[in-house]
Amino acid sequence: MAEEKLLLQMKGIDKSFPGVHALQNMQFELRRGEVHALLGENGAGKSTLIKVLGGIYQKDDGEIFIDGQKVEINSVEDARKAGVSIIHQELVLVPWLSIAENMFLGREPKNKLGFVDFDKMNSEAKKYLVDFGLDLNPLTPIAELNIAQQQMVEIVKAISFSSNIVVMDEPTSSLSDKEAEALFESIRKLKERGVGIIYISHRMSELDIIADRVTVLRDGQYVDTKVVKETKTDDLIALMVGRSMTNYYTRTYNSFPEVALKVNGLTTDRIHDVSFEAKRGEILGFSGLIGCGRSETMEAIFGLDKIKSGSVELYGKKISGLKPDRIIKEGVGFVPEDRRGEGMFGIMDIKFNATLKVLDEFIGKLHVNGKKEREIAQHGIDSLKVKAPGMSTPIASLSGGNQQKVIIASWLAAGPKVLIVDEPTRGIDVGAKGEIYEIMNRLAAEGVTILMVSSDLPEVLNMSDRIAVMCEGTITKILDRTEASQEVIMQYAVSM
Amino acid sequence: MNTKMSVTEKLFGSTKSYIKRNAGILIGLLALCVVIAIRSDSFLTYDNIMNVLRQSAQNIFLASGMTMILIAGGIDLSVGSVVGIIGVMVGTMINQGLPIPVAIIICLIVGALMGTFNGFILSRTTLPPFIVTYALMTILRGSTYVYTGGTTVRIDDRNFIAVGTGYTLGVPNPVWYMTIILIVVYIILNRTKLGRHIYAIGGNQKAAEFSGIDVKNVRLFVYVFSGLMGAVAGIVLAARSYAGQPTAGNGAEMDAIEACVLGGCSMAGGYGFIGGTIIGALIIAIMNNGLNLMRIDSYWQMVAKGIIVLIAVYVDYVKNQKKNKKG
Repeated sequence: MAEEKLLLQMKGIDKSFPGVHALQNMQFELRRGEVHALLGENGAGKSTLIKVLGGIYQKDDGEIFIDGQKVEINSVEDARKAGVSIIHQELVLVPWLSIAENMFLGREPKNKLGFVDFDKMNSEAKKYLVDFGLDLNPLTPIAELNIAQQQMVEIVKAISFSSNIVVMDEPTSSLSDKEAEALFESIRKLKERGVGIIYISHRMSELDIIADRVTVLRDGQYVDTKVVKETKTDDLIALMVGRSMTNYYTRTYNSFPEVALKVNGLTTDRIHDVSFEAKRGEILGFSGLIGCGRSETMEAIFGLDKIKSGSVELYGKKISGLKPDRIIKEGVGFVPEDRRGEGMFGIMDIKFNATLKVLDEFIGKLHVNGKKEREIAQHGIDSLKVKAPGMSTPIASLSGGNQQKVIIASWLAAGPKVLIVDEPTRGIDVGAKGEIYEIMNRLAAEGVTILMVSSDLPEVLNMSDRIAVMCEGTITKILDRTEASQEVIMQYAVSM
Repeated sequence: MNTKMSVTEKLFGSTKSYIKRNAGILIGLLALCVVIAIRSDSFLTYDNIMNVLRQSAQNIFLASGMTMILIAGGIDLSVGSVVGIIGVMVGTMINQGLPIPVAIIICLIVGALMGTFNGFILSRTTLPPFIVTYALMTILRGSTYVYTGGTTVRIDDRNFIAVGTGYTLGVPNPVWYMTIILIVVYIILNRTKLGRHIYAIGGNQKAAEFSGIDVKNVRLFVYVFSGLMGAVAGIVLAARSYAGQPTAGNGAEMDAIEACVLGGCSMAGGYGFIGGTIIGALIIAIMNNGLNLMRIDSYWQMVAKGIIVLIAVYVDYVKNQKKNKKG
């Protein structure tokens, strides 16, 4: 084993940007047929390392060996020639081109006249798809595939380049558990072919399932490489954050007896007959597969979707049928799923983002009370410990965890009675995740009811008082935390 | 030079930050004035300065509405045609003996209704604003030609003509209207919730919806306001030119967009300021005026205008690139 030739070896990699030493003397190795995870908080240098390997950044120093041969990777083209494929977190397929066209983008087979030879392209594409056990028509436009299928196409595309090294950057961040399982299956197939896979994920639970070894990075430096089976999750987290995190999830269960939110037979075009009650100070988790109607239920409660029948009551007052601005005034907040796309105003600064929900408090009759505005923003920054140079920092330049804190702060400024959080920690690094859990726990203890939609099962299991499991647009079961487990949840999440 | 300033300071900050934010374009404006003043003796005369202000007022009417629309992430190509049809309408009504205030009020309402047409479609559907407002632009221009048969409606009513040509306290009336409109737009954008909402829907419409902002009605508002501004421009232009001309305002929407972009508005929405638009409109007016004074052929003027826009947006682009690298 030790004598086996390494597929990839990176040694002494150094990369600086103005003001940041992103990688210092970094090392990494990958064997044939191995899934090697990269672990580290945001900013630890994972993506810089990947970009160096993929030819997007040029290293300042260091050496890269592939199959024992020293290679110079100075462009994306070089990386491709060296057999490296990167599947980015945000998929980069062209929506209205077909699977085949996407697979052969930029290297389309040509006929004698110099036009694209579509027959050849489609049959080649079909061959790769079948080869990989995918029953998809190569003529299907990408836009008609779900995200999991698109990811499969990316993988097949990587194989079609005869890549030996495939990098996957958070491939499961937008997949349900069932879809993730299908992805793991294809990763296993890649392994069998001797492809080496570099796997980046924030979900610790996945590493046990899929990864062989894991390399931990911290502050741009190499920390350690471990065999996954022989290492405890807590130890890995400790390596990542440089300290031991014993209580990653913070939860003191102390909900109050009063019913805060009562949803009765809620039906829209996308959900039907959803009923549940949530108590004051309770965290009610919502679990289920992608497309089961969790976010849709939340949008209906928040007044973003047209309600066909049923009702929503907040402390006995009917709020269904109201518009979102009225519902916010009644005391409901919503931290949406897609942070960049739905949650924040990227070009604006923290102050604008943190105060937008409470304009009434500082904009009076043709007058803006700038002092009050700054106080509100500062209070949000302080109480949620947002790490930022100041409130004038553009929100887009913050880390994911701090962006999420600003969004939560903007809702807390409005003093919500019920806070909906949809995938509250998606794409957020471990340290910040722990802080978000602390915030949620604190809010619950103060009497705020939290509806938490999450695809991260450990998160749902560890944070919720009770768990509502949804399937095909309705709630199939509400589980008490004492009776809930991954297996029980999955049982109610799949259609019967 | 303004890398340290935050976005909200830039947008809503005090007048202190105004000069700092617009330093580049202000220098451009000054340089332009100096060059023209050297080349032409008549540039810095009272009459000429008033003339320039009157010219820029005409553009600022439209650019005020356009600024809000661009910030909200839209565009309005129809305002130029609103100018044309309103001019003909007001001329016809005055000639038929309608009292001036009544004619003006009717025209303002009609202009607002034309904006409502745009705003209603664009807030209730996801049709692209470029196409919808282009369609209205063509419909209105065509209707104007159909109604007039292409001929000009002459206006002789002296009282009406005074609306556009008269002076109050030594300043041309249109400049007063412009001032009032600028103040109104400034207050909306900087001192009201509505203003924040306009920036928010242009910055990220989805996030605005999730923030409980009534995206539909905010969008409707900016188009209605733009239509209203088209009517103001149409009435004033008719009064100034003693006629409702069916060709009036042809291409005026582009001048308005140019003023906004010179003034720093982002075509992608979410960013821009009325203070910048003023400078943009002044640059355009001074350039036209200066090139005329220097007796430069009007065909060459068009070429020069295009080049200036390119230079201005390129300088802005370079500035942003630098900023991004630093951040």
